[in-house]
Amino acid sequence: MPDLNSPIVFLSLIVFLPAAAALALGFVPGGWGDRIKGFAFATTVAVFLLTVWLALPGGGADSMRFALGDGQMQKTVSVDWIPSFNVYYFLGIDGISLPLVVLTSFLSMLAMAASFTIQRHVKAYCILFLLLETGMLGVFMALDFFLFYVLWEVMLLPMYFLIGVWGGPRREYAAIKFFLFTLAGSVLMLIAILMLYFASDVRKLPQARWDACHLSSDVTARARIDATGEPVHTFNLLALAEMGRLENSPFDKELLWGKSIQWWAFLLLLVGFLVKVPAVPIHTWLPDAHVEAPTPISMILAGVLLKMGGYGIIRICYPICPDAAYELAWLVCGIGAVSMVYGALAAMAQKDFKRLVAYSSVSHMGYVVLGLGVWSITPGNLLATDYWKLGMNGAMFQMIAHGISSAGMFFLVGVIYDRVHHRDLDRFGGLFAKMPVYSGISMVIFFAALGLPGLCGFIGEVFVVLSVWKYSTALAVVAASVVILTAGYILWTIQRVYLGPEYKGPHGEAITRMTRREIAIAAPLVALAIVLGVYPRALLDYTKPSVAQTVDNLAGWMERVKLPELRDRAAMEERARP
Amino acid sequence: MNFHLLLRSALDDTLGPTLAAFRPELALCATIVALLVVRMFLPRWRLGPPCVAAVGVIVALVLAAPWHYLSSVGMDRAVPIFTGMLTFDTFSVFLRSLLLLFVLLFVMFTQCSGVPREESATEFYVLVLGATVGMCLMVSANHMLVVFLGMEMASLPSYVLAGMMRHERRASEAALKYAVYGAGTAGVMLYGISLLVGALGSAHLPTMAGALADALAAGPLGDRAVVLMLGSLMIAVGLAFKLSAVPFHFWAPDVFEGATAEVAAFLSVASKAAALGLLVRLVVGLGGVADPAGLEALAPVRHYLGILIASLAAVTCTFGNLAAYGQTNLKRLLAYSTIAHAGYMMMPVAAMAFLMGRDPAGARAAAAAVVFYVSIYLFMNLGAFAVVAFVRNATGSEQIDHLAGLIRRSTGLAVCFAVMLFSLVGLPPLAGFAGKFAAFAAVYDAGLISLLVIGLVNTVLSLFYYLRVVKVMALAPESEEHPAAEIPLGSTPGVFCLALTVPLVVWGIWWNGLFTWAQAAAALLVP
Repeated sequence: MPDLNSPIVFLSLIVFLPAAAALALGFVPGGWGDRIKGFAFATTVAVFLLTVWLALPGGGADSMRFALGDGQMQKTVSVDWIPSFNVYYFLGIDGISLPLVVLTSFLSMLAMAASFTIQRHVKAYCILFLLLETGMLGVFMALDFFLFYVLWEVMLLPMYFLIGVWGGPRREYAAIKFFLFTLAGSVLMLIAILMLYFASDVRKLPQARWDACHLSSDVTARARIDATGEPVHTFNLLALAEMGRLENSPFDKELLWGKSIQWWAFLLLLVGFLVKVPAVPIHTWLPDAHVEAPTPISMILAGVLLKMGGYGIIRICYPICPDAAYELAWLVCGIGAVSMVYGALAAMAQKDFKRLVAYSSVSHMGYVVLGLGVWSITPGNLLATDYWKLGMNGAMFQMIAHGISSAGMFFLVGVIYDRVHHRDLDRFGGLFAKMPVYSGISMVIFFAALGLPGLCGFIGEVFVVLSVWKYSTALAVVAASVVILTAGYILWTIQRVYLGPEYKGPHGEAITRMTRREIAIAAPLVALAIVLGVYPRALLDYTKPSVAQTVDNLAGWMERVKLPELRDRAAMEERARP
Repeated sequence: MNFHLLLRSALDDTLGPTLAAFRPELALCATIVALLVVRMFLPRWRLGPPCVAAVGVIVALVLAAPWHYLSSVGMDRAVPIFTGMLTFDTFSVFLRSLLLLFVLLFVMFTQCSGVPREESATEFYVLVLGATVGMCLMVSANHMLVVFLGMEMASLPSYVLAGMMRHERRASEAALKYAVYGAGTAGVMLYGISLLVGALGSAHLPTMAGALADALAAGPLGDRAVVLMLGSLMIAVGLAFKLSAVPFHFWAPDVFEGATAEVAAFLSVASKAAALGLLVRLVVGLGGVADPAGLEALAPVRHYLGILIASLAAVTCTFGNLAAYGQTNLKRLLAYSTIAHAGYMMMPVAAMAFLMGRDPAGARAAAAAVVFYVSIYLFMNLGAFAVVAFVRNATGSEQIDHLAGLIRRSTGLAVCFAVMLFSLVGLPPLAGFAGKFAAFAAVYDAGLISLLVIGLVNTVLSLFYYLRVVKVMALAPESEEHPAAEIPLGSTPGVFCLALTVPLVVWGIWWNGLFTWAQAAAALLVP
């Protein structure tokens, strides 16, 4: 019996249990429809319980429970995988990845429960769904860039088929559009990976930091012996981040057109991640994919896949390329603000219920990008890390909150679509009278998305808007005004769908109350939306230490490396003046 | 040195290292003879030809002993055999074993698919094995004479194989086209060889490189540079034909469409692997010498070769992928995919040329990436052609549209085919990604960023047409007139496809072992 208390068994179990279940399903006759769904659901429940166990506070070094208050990587696993390229099977969690891991397993469970209505090709559906879950969980835990990339790509194929086979009328178009956009984004990421890998050199890191990066003894041994010879490259994300913060960072070398390696790497990675977020102008795949995808897949897509972009930016872009991040902060913030405004305006113009929710995702994820992009240095060279932390915590909170509210909204749209088979906003109305429970749940979820105080959407938005104030007043004003736009389209939607005297659209006779299964899926989302709104510490206690660690690292680099450089530059300009 | 001494040393050389190193080729030759003899004495033994061929190839593979040479014990230096005509090193061991493995799989494949027909089986296998001997010579060539001999030995049987289906008009057309085109390029190549040999005073590759280094060290080449460049361009024509690199690729789609899928598989895998091996040999042979001063002097040669190969690779890759879009016939589609892959596989060769003098370890990694990619490509492409052949046997059609409904009728086979196609795209976690990753890493390491970008853009482009096949297979409704093939995974063809798919998944995840072998193959190559 393998020891469940060792990280390698525990984390690998979380990541690969769905894949193993998918493999097992491959040998089951396809006719066992409901039993297959039950098995897949049981698997997602088991994975969820494992991640909850992981998230239970109060753990120490030897237990598999999370040590609250520790911003470092915990429960790390590092095993040889492809030594010829210094690739390691390196997993770990911290306060940034853990909430996302739990969110993933939670939403996977709910989405699988919502999948019981799927009737065609059940076996293939379940296999693909479980493979998708493995990819998603793995991405949030991987700390080796190569492993991260592989798991990132693992999600592509299942998603393509899940949209392409089980989707709506224009499913093939939507599926291939999703595939191409994401593949193009990940190809850019691959270039950046190669750049960083070949520029990296473990020997440049001070030996005292080797252990903190969990570099394997094999690599460190080579770095020690090979002090003069060949550079020792690495894919280790922690080590790459340490290297990015060095005074003479190996990533500062010029690569192309006067820009450094890290400038290019940052840009490529950013575009790769922004495709997933998705940010304007590379968001166009999202409305199509969402409209065509079946309800459970929309839940996953909005709830989890979009978060990977934000996670990639916070875990990879910023720590590894701080210099480029500083220079391009305007770009990140600008894209975030544009996405917020554009997404909100576009949502307002939609006639299709699902498309509206999809555009609201673009708008809400804009907050995440903006919050991450907040760079706390003011023109007076003053470091105000508190605002910086506020922004990142807000972005983290917004990601989780959006995961809950958007998954809920897509599920609710699915519930009504299953009954009336249309999503035309102008032909709804009067649902409150016919489906009181459904309408009540919808109110909570939609108000959570709106950012009503007391529900989960509020905290993230407020944090982000407050933190932006220090960086740029204009952006803060824009961000704050988007709240009004959001209120506009959500209230208008509620008015058009739920209020009004009676339902006049087609299939009015089919409108029945929510089934118990549907309530059971929606209830946890409602509960979480309220709990996180009333008691945000439940989440912030996890994220804060790790966000603080990330920001302090960046601030340390700022003070040590960037500020002197900026002062020198300013002094030179001063002297150049007549 | 008198005649007796000369004879004596030649004899010693032959009986000593040469025969020992040449045993696999000899085994193949013996198998060819055995095939003909069996046909003479046991004409009614139906399973005779494939059995004899398979046994012969297995014996050759055992004699090639890659597990011995590529392990850590291995060998410590390259051995010139046949008085320097051939080189025997880990690179030739690797590629030779790969070719033999391919032929073994190929014999099984032909048995599963029922082509060739009984009466022509002997000829078929004799031709295949004969071409294989030629390919083995190509990958260990160390002398211009062997370069040409090996190429022709590999090509001539291929022409006949392409026209094996005598009653098919298209097959005859394909064979003729192939032969005429091949003969033309072979002539150009021979002329190029004569120019190079004339200008450098030897046909022995290391001697040629030495002469070139001396000449370059002495000062500018002047008029001789034109001759040398022209000569190498002409050799490149011959190689480009074998690699089906643009602009010498015209034969490939027609020949692949006209010939049977089996022969197309042979041409697209074995012949490409051998041509790549030869390309690497020529680049290393002409661009590198052992002594550092000479290596330094040869830098312009490597630069020239690198640019030549990189531009060929970029054009080939892009053209192949773009032309694949409009195809409706599976074999034509795979032909263009083969062309595109030739481009991908030439990229690390260009990288190697650039890295050679500068960074020997990087150059070795690039050479390793070439053979690594080729080994993975073997399984993907053979598998894809195998599926085409099996579907053709079941339905008589090679049209992409007629695959509709395959996922429902033969689920296992369709999944295998999808895995192969996605591996050809290079999606993780399949082996095709590992190959592409190693190749692109080498390209980046050599500083060829534009080539890297071209390669990656092509990867995205290629997704479209591979995905179209999968889309038809998995999403399109089955048509009434053309029911999809029914090939259960438990049948012999199904098992064969599965056997080719499993390595793609396993190597996609654990490719360190194979890459270590590839590294061993490249270890003795680069000075």
